[in-house]
Amino acid sequence: MTRYSALSLIRNALAGNRGWPRAWRDAQPRAEYDVVIVGGGGHGLASAYYLAREHGVSKVAVLEKGYVGGGNTGRNTTIVRSNYMIDGNTRFYEWSMKLWEGLSRDLNFNVMFSQRGQLNLCHSKAQMDAAARRGNIMRLNGIDAELLSRHEVRRMAPILDFSDRARFPIHGALWQQRAGTARHDAVAWGYARAADRHGVDIIQQCEVTGLIRDQGRVVGVDTTRGPIRAGKVGLAVAGHTSELAAMAGLRLPIETHLLQAFVTEPVKPVLDVVVAFGAAHLYVSQSDHGGLVMGGDLDGYNSYEQRGDLPIVEETMAAVKSLLPLVSRLRILRQWSGVMDMTMDGSPIICKAPVDGLYINGGWCYGGFKATPASGWCFAHTIANDRAHDLSARFTMERFHRGHQLDEKGMGPIPGAH
Amino acid sequence: MLRIACPYCGERDQVEFAYGGDASEGFPELADSDVGRWTKFVFVRENPRGVHGEYWHHQYGCRQWLRVVRDTVTHQVHSVAPARQGDRT
Ligand SMILES: Cc1cc2nc3c(=O)[nH]c(=O)nc-3n(C[C@H](O)[C@H](O)[C@H](O)COP(=O)(O)OP(=O)(O)OC[C@H]3O[C@@H](n4cnc5c(N)ncnc54)[C@H](O)[C@@H]3O)c2cc1C
Ligand SMILES: [Zn+2]
Repeated sequence: MTRYSALSLIRNALAGNRGWPRAWRDAQPRAEYDVVIVGGGGHGLASAYYLAREHGVSKVAVLEKGYVGGGNTGRNTTIVRSNYMIDGNTRFYEWSMKLWEGLSRDLNFNVMFSQRGQLNLCHSKAQMDAAARRGNIMRLNGIDAELLSRHEVRRMAPILDFSDRARFPIHGALWQQRAGTARHDAVAWGYARAADRHGVDIIQQCEVTGLIRDQGRVVGVDTTRGPIRAGKVGLAVAGHTSELAAMAGLRLPIETHLLQAFVTEPVKPVLDVVVAFGAAHLYVSQSDHGGLVMGGDLDGYNSYEQRGDLPIVEETMAAVKSLLPLVSRLRILRQWSGVMDMTMDGSPIICKAPVDGLYINGGWCYGGFKATPASGWCFAHTIANDRAHDLSARFTMERFHRGHQLDEKGMGPIPGAH
Repeated sequence: MLRIACPYCGERDQVEFAYGGDASEGFPELADSDVGRWTKFVFVRENPRGVHGEYWHHQYGCRQWLRVVRDTVTHQVHSVAPARQGDRT
């Protein structure tokens, strides 16, 4: 397999770019593996990569029902940040940020990680107080955070509505300089290629339809391409975790909800940071193409339909218009959606399932893209060692039983509200 | 947009309603001290890909709670009935 480098770029460019070999093998399913990971999104692929590289597990397969990155990994608005406040979340997301910072080099694949910074806007004095508290907690945990005044935010993003007519005047913002965006497809492709190089079989068009059990233990999977035996089976199927867990008779603290995203026609550079609105659920950034990429709230009821309902289109457009008046003259180029696991406390699940041989990675809600590297890192550890990694120790399902939810927003057990 | 036929008000747009979630788990007896049953009621969800029994509140209409049976893939609404104590789906 070629190593990507400036030299290989030049050599292939001179040869008309006809000499590039495929990035990873089109593996055929074998009869048996040490570990089978279900779901070829970023999380499944990263888990397989770290299993092979960090834990020396040699026979690993990733089974994907469609194509790699065709799920939420390829549908998200690509924001990467680590501005968390609750013990159990802070160090995990910061470790993810550290892995992001070295990821392109580590994978030998340009994931276009752009640390352009993120503004979390505040529109009242109370929100400024809450932002100061969050920022202080972040800094105590060694995470970068800075409280900005209205004046400083204006210098950074003059295109936001700073007029006297603004419906939600901007008082200031919590700023994380190291936050930013990454190329979502490249994350899936980069991990797939790197995992393949460590011997992982990546098998697309292979849907898991059942779990093979032997005296209670999960010992393999039934797929549309035949049965595959496995020492251990890990689920990383975002949005479908309940469905797969039900195959083992488990019910989870998860509801499946739908989140939409939108991109406008391209315009000249107007916004070079990521912005999260503080008055409604909305976040927006400008892509390298020039389109404004944005997302808002969930559709609000259980859904596996992956299209998106109109009330949220209206709500998101109203919110973005009140923040960025210029969008009223732009057209929406594309709209899409993804189905996500929303957990009862808004935090993820990485654990050994209550059924032997089965491991669960899910419940990523809105924010799992940024978690991709650390999620794979900790899930691989959990599968290889049969116990939680230090950084994901609070992500087990027992937390619900013990009343130790990780409810970053303090919303209570209402998945649609996180 | 979903259209929900409220038994009291007739067919209305979904934006008049607030979602109340899974209707499959009944409220435990208040004197019940079994943590497992409360955990199940508060946190665990059926979450099927397909037919789902769920509560909706006709917030901007008659303000009654309704039990709706809806498909989570096609969004077809199979039935709408008043939610009454003791009912399960
Ligand atoms: C619109 C939108 C915007 C978002 N924005 C952000 C953001 O800005 N920042 C952020 O951090 N996060 C964001 N997220 C969340 C983020 O995208 C996800 O949490 C993350 O990508 C999940 O990765 P994954 O690998 O777990 O899931 P996926 O990429 O969805 O991978 C799961 C895979 O499992 C496969 N699968 C399912 N069932 C089976 C089966 N039975 N057999 C085989 N394969 C199966 C699916 O086909 C899929 O490819 C957003 C999500 C959405 C929908
Ligand atoms: Zn009514």
